[in-house]
This record gives sequence, structure tokens and C-alpha cells, in this order.
Amino acid sequence: MDMSMRKDTPLSRPLAGITLGRPLTLSLAVVVLGALAPWLVSAYELNLLARFLAMALLAMGLVLVWGQGGVLSLGQGVFFGLGGYAIAMHMKLAALGDGELPDFMVWSGLDALPWWWVPFKSPAVALLGVVLVPGVLAALFSWAVFRRRVGGVYFALITQALALAFATLLISQQPSTGGFNGLTDFQTVMGMDLGTPGAARGLYWLTLALVVAVFLGLRVLMASRYGTLLRAIRDGENRIRFLGYDPTPFKVVAFTIGGALAGLAGALFTLHAGVVSPALVGVVPSIEMVIWVAVGGRNSLAGAIAGTLAVNLAKDGVSSAFPDLWLYALGLVFVLVVTLLPGGLAGLVTDAGGTGLGKRLQSLVVGETK
Amino acid sequence: MNAQATASHIGTTAPASNLLLAVDGVTVDFDGFKALNGFSLTLDRGTLRVLIGPNGAGKSTLCDTIIGRVRATSGRVIFKGQDITHLPEHEIVRRGVCRKFQTPGVLPGLSVVDNLMIAARRDRRWWCSFQRGAAAEEGARVAEILETTGLADRGRVPAGTLAHGEKQWLEIGMVVATRADLLLLDEPTAGMGPAETSQTAALIRRLVGQHTVLVIDHDMSFLEQLDARVTVMHQGQFLKEGSVAAIRGDPDVAAVYLGRAKEDGHHG
Repeated sequence: MDMSMRKDTPLSRPLAGITLGRPLTLSLAVVVLGALAPWLVSAYELNLLARFLAMALLAMGLVLVWGQGGVLSLGQGVFFGLGGYAIAMHMKLAALGDGELPDFMVWSGLDALPWWWVPFKSPAVALLGVVLVPGVLAALFSWAVFRRRVGGVYFALITQALALAFATLLISQQPSTGGFNGLTDFQTVMGMDLGTPGAARGLYWLTLALVVAVFLGLRVLMASRYGTLLRAIRDGENRIRFLGYDPTPFKVVAFTIGGALAGLAGALFTLHAGVVSPALVGVVPSIEMVIWVAVGGRNSLAGAIAGTLAVNLAKDGVSSAFPDLWLYALGLVFVLVVTLLPGGLAGLVTDAGGTGLGKRLQSLVVGETK
Repeated sequence: MNAQATASHIGTTAPASNLLLAVDGVTVDFDGFKALNGFSLTLDRGTLRVLIGPNGAGKSTLCDTIIGRVRATSGRVIFKGQDITHLPEHEIVRRGVCRKFQTPGVLPGLSVVDNLMIAARRDRRWWCSFQRGAAAEEGARVAEILETTGLADRGRVPAGTLAHGEKQWLEIGMVVATRADLLLLDEPTAGMGPAETSQTAALIRRLVGQHTVLVIDHDMSFLEQLDARVTVMHQGQFLKEGSVAAIRGDPDVAAVYLGRAKEDGHHG
């Protein structure tokens, strides 16, 4: 993407540098096809697609954090889980009468609602909490770490430890979190009966609309001067620091947006899947999230969506046929992508992955040797 | 060995009115190794100073200390009359000090123009990065620097694809684009041939006056072309100061440095 400014062009074009044209036509076609999906696929397939699109929101956040900011997070599951639990707690509470407790609390012998559950009775708090709880946590956490100039592998390890701690905490606090089973068995959300085909379609369209909105929003952000500086910090943090910029807030903003998007993704996923549990938020899922983006192309928003859909469709196929093989298959895919296709699927389409398989394939086909 | 000489030197030549930078008795102690040992230096506004000394003399450490990359164990760095010894790096840069690193520190993924636009940006606080557009003045400055560094027709290419000498010029251009009062140029001609070295000398001489420039370099022919006052460092301390000719003829300097530099000169 070329977003530098020529002397003779106005510097203030809002979408300057975003390439339209053929990609726009293609994107529109994909979105229209996506919107028609409820009539094209079965209810089961629609539900799968809805889950995967929700995850794609998280994946696009990782493009900003990892691809553009160079910050590898192996703990996105934490923020995904916070969003998921926020909406799940609200749905559990909304189904209760006055003075009643969620069933698993009763079984665990609790006689009062834990204080941190209480605000989630309010639909507004729950909806805001879906984005704000993970967003604020991501901001505080990343600020504390980045201002100490911890980065790279160390940051990745800290985020992984965070994911492990979060999953462990959820399991250990069984009476107030539902423990290993998580929260499930939701009836309604915002007064809408979740069991109807209409609700499934509505939630699917909502997810699709959010994917489109986030895609466009992140494109504008990545094309802004903020985006340029974020990439500049990725490529030379010290050079930027010694040009008079403080790199910390730039990285914190990216990580916060990534966390908030992960929370949004978690909430939508919970609505589609009807469950949120520690198994969805720990170390392994967090690493899987990075693999979606690596497969799709960590610098490409469209690639991240494609990678998320491709890896999860494959997971659905492989793990239903050979449940034991999935993690090996995923690991193999990851190794192949990293060694042969550093630009991911997106690198096959654009020149961005110039050193990768895309170029090699091109040169094979065209017959160039270099 | 010349601690007294250093102190008296500072005491006698520091006209406060025109003073831009005063490094005041700075010691940098790396676990017992004193990279700088009570070193002092003053620079007047609009002047050019060359800093030489054998490897390990503390030249780069001095630049690191001024810009905040390395912190002084004792002593102070005074810039425009204010103590900047303990400010964060970006804060020091915002006050008007900018440094070119020894190995070219351009941003390889960004275009040449983007590299310069980032450097030329007046307001470097993070929330201002969401504003659209750039001040016309910043664009004009970038265009001007593209001309003076001879990179006008390379503006659109990624900085990573530039030749080594071009990267050096781009980084000098970036440092200039910040409008810093004090430019620290660490080995600006490293890896350059004789023709490029001459062009770099001419480029630096044009900067003097508008900026105060401190150059570190080894190459004697480059120093002669710069024709500036030379400060010689040795083992983290002040050794001598004078014209290029005087320094060349100085027996003390020859003893620690020039003999070796003359031998190296054929390769550099």
C-alpha cells in the first residue's frame, strides 16, 4: 500500500492510498454472496459461517497488532473470552426471575450473586462490556509492558502466560464462572429468542455487517499517518524514538483495538455457538488464532478473513473425521506457511509476499529465473 | 590523564550567550569500564565540530549520552541552558537534538518520502497521528531535502532498496528534516567512496550555520574537507582541540591516534 504524499496531490483525501477498482468489485461480490448465504446454505453451515466470521473480527485485530505493529500476541484468547463471558453472564442473568441465581451457582452452594456479576444484569453494561472490558484490560496490560520496553519474544511469552492464567482462573473459580463447563444454555438475548431461524439469520447478518465495518475502519486506520508510524515502529522502533516519537502509545493503541475486537468476536461467537468455556480461551486457542492470521497473511485484512475461514473449515472437516489428527495437521500447516509462504494466502495474490511461494510459483509459471 | 586540562578548557571557552550544548564532566561507567571519564565539551550555536579518537575512545558513547540512549553515571548534559541528562529520549529529540546512527537507520519498508515526512512532522504526539494531511510547510521542507540530498527521483521507492550511500544521505536528510538545532552525525561517510565522501562534506558544510553539527569520523581526507575545529578523545577523556592542521601535527594526538589512522586511511 502506498500512502505517501506527492507534492501535487491534495494531502487530505480521506481514503488516499486505498486501492479501489477491481478489488472493490470483488469485495462487493463477496459481501453480497455472504449476505445471501442464509438462502444458499443449510442452517448448520450458516451457524458455522457465522462463528468463523465472528473469529475473523479477532483475526483482523491481529493484522493490526501483529502484522502492522510487529507485536506477536499469544493471548488473544483472553480478550475473546472476556467478551464472550460478558455477554454470556448477561444472558444467564436475563433468564432469571428476581432473587434467582444461575443454576450452576445454586449447585455450587452460592446463596448470593458475586458482586462482579451484578452490573451485567443491565443490557447496556453487558454490550459495552463486551468491548470495554477487554479493551481496557488490553490497554492497561500493554501500557505496563511496553513502557518497560519489553517486546518481541518476551512479550509473546507474557501474553501466553496471561492466557494460561486466565483459563486456569476460570476453571478454578467454578462456583462463579461455571468452571470447566463454562456458561451455556442461553434462551434469549435482548428479548430475542435465540432458538428461531430468524434469530440465527439476524445474528449472522449482524456479524457480517460488523466484519465489513471493521474491515473498512481498519483500512482507513492503516492508511492514516498512525498506520505509517505503526509500521515504522515495527521496522525501527529506535529510529522512531530518536526522531522524537514515543513508540509506547502507538503500540498500546494497536493492542487495545486488537483486544476490543477480540472481545467483540468472543461475544458474537458465544451467541452463535451457545456456549463460552475455558477451552475456547486458553493457550491452544490463542495460538490457533495466530495461525489463522499467519495462513491468511498477517499484513492483509482480507487475507486474515480468508485464513480464518480456511483454517476453521479445515478444522471442522479434519476434527470430525480424525479428532486426534487436527493439532498435528495445524502444526504442519503453520510450519509450511512460515517457511514457504511468509505472506500467507494474501502473498499468493499480491506482490507483498514477494520472497515467498507466490513469487516462486509465478516465476515457475511465467518461466522467469532469478 | 588530562582531567585538569579538560576542566580548564571548559572554564576558559564558554561564552554563555551563544552556548548551545555543554557536556559537563560526564562519566559513563559500564560495570567498571569508563567509556566516558569526566568528559566535557561545549558547542556554540551554528558551529561545526569534528570528534575523532581511536576505537573505544568514547565518541559514540558521547552521542548516546547526549541523546539519552546511555545514561551518565555522573555529570550533566546542558542543552539550551536546560539540564536534559535524565529526560526520555523522545523528549530530548523534541527539544532539538537529532542523531544519525553509525549504521544507516532508515525505515526500510517505508518510501523515501514517508521516511522524511515522519522526520519532518512538527507535532509528534501520538494522538496527532490520527489527523489527516500534512502542513504545507512540512511538505515543502521534505521536497527541499529531497533536492539537497540528491534523492529527488528516488522519493517513491522503499528506503530499504536504496544503495548504501543513498541510505546514509537519506538518514542525514531525516535528521535535518526534524529541524533539530544540534545534529549528531556518527560516521556519516562510512562505506562511501571518495566522490560520495566529498559530496557528503559539501552537504554538511551547507548545514552549518542553520544547525550546530557534531561529526564523528575517522577519514582524514573527509576531516580536511570539512575544515572544522577538531576535538580529540582518548580513553573517554578530552585529549586535544584545534584546527585539522594543528591536530595533524600534534605529537600527543599522533601517539594515540593519527599513526594508526594514516595506516587505515588507505583502506577507508
